[in-house]
Amino acid sequence: MKYRAFVLTILCILFSAGTALARSEKLFEVKAKKFVYTPNVIKVDKGDLVRIRLISEDVTHGLFVDGYNVQTSAYPGQDGSITFVADKAGRFTFRCSVTCGEFHPYMTGYLVVAPNSRFWGYVILTLVIGLGSIAFVFAKNRKEQEDGKG
Amino acid sequence: MEKDKLFGLIDLDARIELTRFKPIRWLLKSRWFPLLLILFNLAVFMVILIAGFVGGYSAGNYNFGIMVVWILWWVLLMFMLVPVFARAWCLMCPFPVFGDWFQRRGLFQVKPGNPNGLNIKWPKSLKNMWVMNFLFLGTTFFSGFFTVRPFATFILLGGIIMVAFLVGLIFEKRTFCLYLCPVSGFQGLYSQFGMTEIRRKDFEICKKHIPKTCFVGNEKGHGCPWLLTPFDFKKNTYCGMCLECFKTCPYDNMALNLRPPGVDLLADTKREPRGLDEAWKAFIMLGIAIVFFLAFQGPWGFIKDAVRATTLSSFLAYIFAHTVFNLLLIPGIFLVFAALSKLFSGNKEVPLKKVFVNFAYTLVPMGLGVWIGFSLGIILPNGSYLLHIISDPFGWGWNLFGTAHFPWTPVFTYPLGYLQGVVLLIFYIFSLAYGFRISKQTYPELNQAKRGWLPIFSFLTLITLVFLWLFLGT
Repeated sequence: MKYRAFVLTILCILFSAGTALARSEKLFEVKAKKFVYTPNVIKVDKGDLVRIRLISEDVTHGLFVDGYNVQTSAYPGQDGSITFVADKAGRFTFRCSVTCGEFHPYMTGYLVVAPNSRFWGYVILTLVIGLGSIAFVFAKNRKEQEDGKG
Repeated sequence: MEKDKLFGLIDLDARIELTRFKPIRWLLKSRWFPLLLILFNLAVFMVILIAGFVGGYSAGNYNFGIMVVWILWWVLLMFMLVPVFARAWCLMCPFPVFGDWFQRRGLFQVKPGNPNGLNIKWPKSLKNMWVMNFLFLGTTFFSGFFTVRPFATFILLGGIIMVAFLVGLIFEKRTFCLYLCPVSGFQGLYSQFGMTEIRRKDFEICKKHIPKTCFVGNEKGHGCPWLLTPFDFKKNTYCGMCLECFKTCPYDNMALNLRPPGVDLLADTKREPRGLDEAWKAFIMLGIAIVFFLAFQGPWGFIKDAVRATTLSSFLAYIFAHTVFNLLLIPGIFLVFAALSKLFSGNKEVPLKKVFVNFAYTLVPMGLGVWIGFSLGIILPNGSYLLHIISDPFGWGWNLFGTAHFPWTPVFTYPLGYLQGVVLLIFYIFSLAYGFRISKQTYPELNQAKRGWLPIFSFLTLITLVFLWLFLGT
């Protein structure tokens, strides 16, 4: 019994350590200035712990990450910060969440969580549909031609 | 002969006549309809103009004019009005109402006699989409102002209403809507995909009916304001769905039909031929969608700076690049694929122009899908601003419906990319389905049509992949 508990404990420790090792931490300093983020594209891997420090260089700006629904805001001298686990793969827009000027709704950047399976999934689907349609068109019309001759 | 079925399922000749239902027929024949809708929209646009004027140079996301026009109206247009109801917006559009009022000497009653105004005919050489193409493209040069600055929206809409009135004083009927309105052209082109149509029912009735009251008018209604001959037109392109022909026909021979989407794309008649003007409209709409996406939904600051004219040189560079891209580059690339199509087909008789123009219509479903995808990226993150502005339309601190303090709340941002991808694929499939049919119309032999289809298929697939990259990739 004691032996079994010991083995279980060891396994739990190993599993936790493995998870912690797999989840790497990525820190980004994102500067916001009317109506651009720098860097404008942030790339991480699925499972990463992402920390974003938002630094405003002019007026109050926000940063809301689509799909993750996390946000922060910053004004000059007062940085903002968000932390989240990038557990959803794909490309997500991050956008300003505090009205900062006339182009505010279009102040955007991209968070890319690799692998971008959504994009590649659609690429494959498009090619399958396209090539399938070609095969269908050629096969159908060949049959029609043969029927016509018959 | 076997019926042509879309996806092997839907008979392309199938129609559901909505005017079979008495309440609908009664509604369409009433002089109150669509007048009441027009007056309602006129009131809304008056509020938009006032909001635009008092909003001045402030940020547009809390302005009634900006939000209703560029978020709500545009999205409704692309999502529902055009793909489902064809040119239903033209039916209720308030822009030409003052011109109509002047010409007809009233809005409700039909008064006998000649209309007011000079009633000059529009030059024959300009009876196409070219002027609208250039005007619409020209309007998009200033999209970085119109879509974000309330006063710029005021100037644009006020200008359109003013020009529509002035054109009504000089030219006959709805000349402005037909050949000048910047938003008319793409509605005309994309309404060829629309699932609704107005057509005559029985050809024999129209043939025997003299005079053609649908064209010349009678005491019940005006002769077609859109200068069509309702007894025989085949395409939605220039039908503004004003419903006057329902009122003037003494035999109830006009029908409002539901139909499979896209059937007009196969129509190419002597009176309503396919044309370069409409082909260019298709290219321009596709090109503008790319540029708008890069500027409004992309992360690239230098493009945003250029569009909103932070410096004169960057703005001029944007205008130059935008124009070349839309008017030359996209059509140029398409021309290469059209030439390849002709080459692959092995047919030396078919003119390259015909191949080019015919296949340009395959971009109609795709363009519509692209714009729906683009609109999703606008409405889902920004739609919640609408709740604020309906309660406080002029930014005067009102709270009419208790929603003035509703916080900005983006919705469905996780599935947004999935939705855009699905929409693109659906319209890609429509483009493919109609594309091969157009190929069969273009080339006389089936084998030629099959071979000639391959380069165009490749172009459509390539464009779909480009937009997938824009919506989802990096």
